[in-house]
Amino acid sequence: MDLHRPWNLLDQALGLDEHGGSQPLRGKVVLIEDCVKTSGGFVLHHLVKRSLSPDSPPLSNALVFIAFSQPFSHYDRVLRKLGCNLAAQKENKRLVFFDMLMFQCPGENGEKVVETGLASLYRKVQDAVNSLVAEERNCITIVVDDISLMEVAANGCSDEVLSFLHYCHTLTSELGCTLIALNHGDVYFSHDGSTTLLRMEYLANILVRAEPLATGSAVDVHGQLTISWKGIPERQGISRSQVHNFHFRVKENSAEYFYPGTCS
Amino acid sequence: MADSICRTLRDGGLEGEHAPALTIKDRISSPLGLDVFNHVLAQLSSFILAGKSQSRGLVLVALTRSPSFYLELLKSGGVQLNSAQKWIHILDCYSDPLGWKDNPSRHEKANTATDENPGTVALFRDVKDANKLFCSVSELGKELLGPIKGRFSVAIDSVSEMLRHASLTSVASFISKLRSHDQVSSIFWLLHSDLHEAKIAAVFDYISSMIASLEPMIHPSNGERLSSENRSLRNENLSRGNFSVRFKRRNGRVRQMCEEISVEQSGIKFTPVSSDGQAIGGGPLPKVQFNLELSEKEQMDRASVVLPFEHQGNGKPIQIYDGRRSLADTRTNTVHVPTEASEAADPRKGEIIYLRDSDDERPDSDEDPDDDLDI
Repeated sequence: MDLHRPWNLLDQALGLDEHGGSQPLRGKVVLIEDCVKTSGGFVLHHLVKRSLSPDSPPLSNALVFIAFSQPFSHYDRVLRKLGCNLAAQKENKRLVFFDMLMFQCPGENGEKVVETGLASLYRKVQDAVNSLVAEERNCITIVVDDISLMEVAANGCSDEVLSFLHYCHTLTSELGCTLIALNHGDVYFSHDGSTTLLRMEYLANILVRAEPLATGSAVDVHGQLTISWKGIPERQGISRSQVHNFHFRVKENSAEYFYPGTCS
Repeated sequence: MADSICRTLRDGGLEGEHAPALTIKDRISSPLGLDVFNHVLAQLSSFILAGKSQSRGLVLVALTRSPSFYLELLKSGGVQLNSAQKWIHILDCYSDPLGWKDNPSRHEKANTATDENPGTVALFRDVKDANKLFCSVSELGKELLGPIKGRFSVAIDSVSEMLRHASLTSVASFISKLRSHDQVSSIFWLLHSDLHEAKIAAVFDYISSMIASLEPMIHPSNGERLSSENRSLRNENLSRGNFSVRFKRRNGRVRQMCEEISVEQSGIKFTPVSSDGQAIGGGPLPKVQFNLELSEKEQMDRASVVLPFEHQGNGKPIQIYDGRRSLADTRTNTVHVPTEASEAADPRKGEIIYLRDSDDERPDSDEDPDDDLDI
């Protein structure tokens, strides 16, 4: 039934169905928040696919992927099933992949060296973005696949991680990049006054939250997504709802999105 | 009320007094602080441009949004930016707060960006040093005023961001130095109160003379996070909220006012709190299923009922003992009443004469009339 309309509920909620490609997300920060029970990785895969999809305007889009949780071969396999060849994109210089799996900032917690570690990573990202801009790719998406693992790599200095994200945010406002980051909500549940997650939510324009069903687990529904836009979504025509909520089922080659109770 | 905030900032401070200072506080469940900040900024800018305000210029310390964002915002709000360098200077702490971008090509870019509005944007690359920041702000202000004697306003787009880089004492001293700076006319800043402990928010409440806080219209029932069941509530909270302002006067009087705020595509709107909102919030009586109050009609009906033990309506004067009559009067009354009664009534029949104590007591009151007797 979706043949005529390739956009699913997730695309609609993110506004991807209007202009095509990742144009509506230009200059935006999308934060995906998941938990142990419900992984939000599939949303990240979907957005990676969308940001590289050939039907978005004149091939001017590119992706900078900063991987902390999975190697390139993993994403290559997953995205191939979704119909997107990452290896080819890498050869076409539309994808810059930073493998940060073994990355560790030098120095102990709170030392200045941690900052230099992340600052040098940022400079690499910035150079990559600048060279992509020089190739006239002006619709660039930056993806960070796991903020909490980045914090581990930074020896637990969440402040430096936030500074790194702030610097990535400057790229979104100066060059119109899109920043997509995945983070785990339940890692931060504590009473010690840690505000890292809240600060990230303040930074984000769009929050995608993947949660288990409130009514308990089900066979054919894997969880629910809540997408909330901060501020009025900038669209033409009728104003849209700022909060979207629907259920999903992750399948081998795709994911299905449907409103509660309308699962076929 | 939002207008009165802007008016206070416009009018500035008196000679030898602190500049009026406004804290705008929000939280993630009602994230409209930036919208209010932008509104105040746009209002103050138009006052400055029209020459209506005490301050001659504005120094904006941008930490969370880029200078171009603010220039766009002012432009879209209808503020003329042709002579922007004469009245607004932006201290750009956003583009490179920690000096990570040491690439020379970047500097060229930053300079070309400022070429459009020469002199309006100054890059600041060491946010951790609050003293240096203060010097930069006051220098920019002096530059703005030039040789003219006058004052300028300061806007800080997020104190929360400053607190991430510098200690509470240095940030508080930065702000209080600006407040007591004799060239600062007014100052306002944004604070995300849920990012900090209550005591830190209180510190900034003390430094400011006006506190505008944004609270969600509907509080989530299960603590901080809203479950997806009440996402419609969350949808409400993303564009609407309660806006309450505390004004602290010079003499120590504190006035609190409340309004409803809604952010729409067309802009920001403030409306007085609706009547049902008051009904929920106001009234000393607890909410019960039955009606404790009488309507006006019910009260009239009740007053017109003649109770069987009051000999009203049969032509005789109504006798009410109000406790203030002289002893002599009472004596004549007591003498008078029995005689009248004995004349009118059949002597074989007994009669009860009820004398109400006063009009204060309702005739059908449940109160025991003899409860003051010491038996």
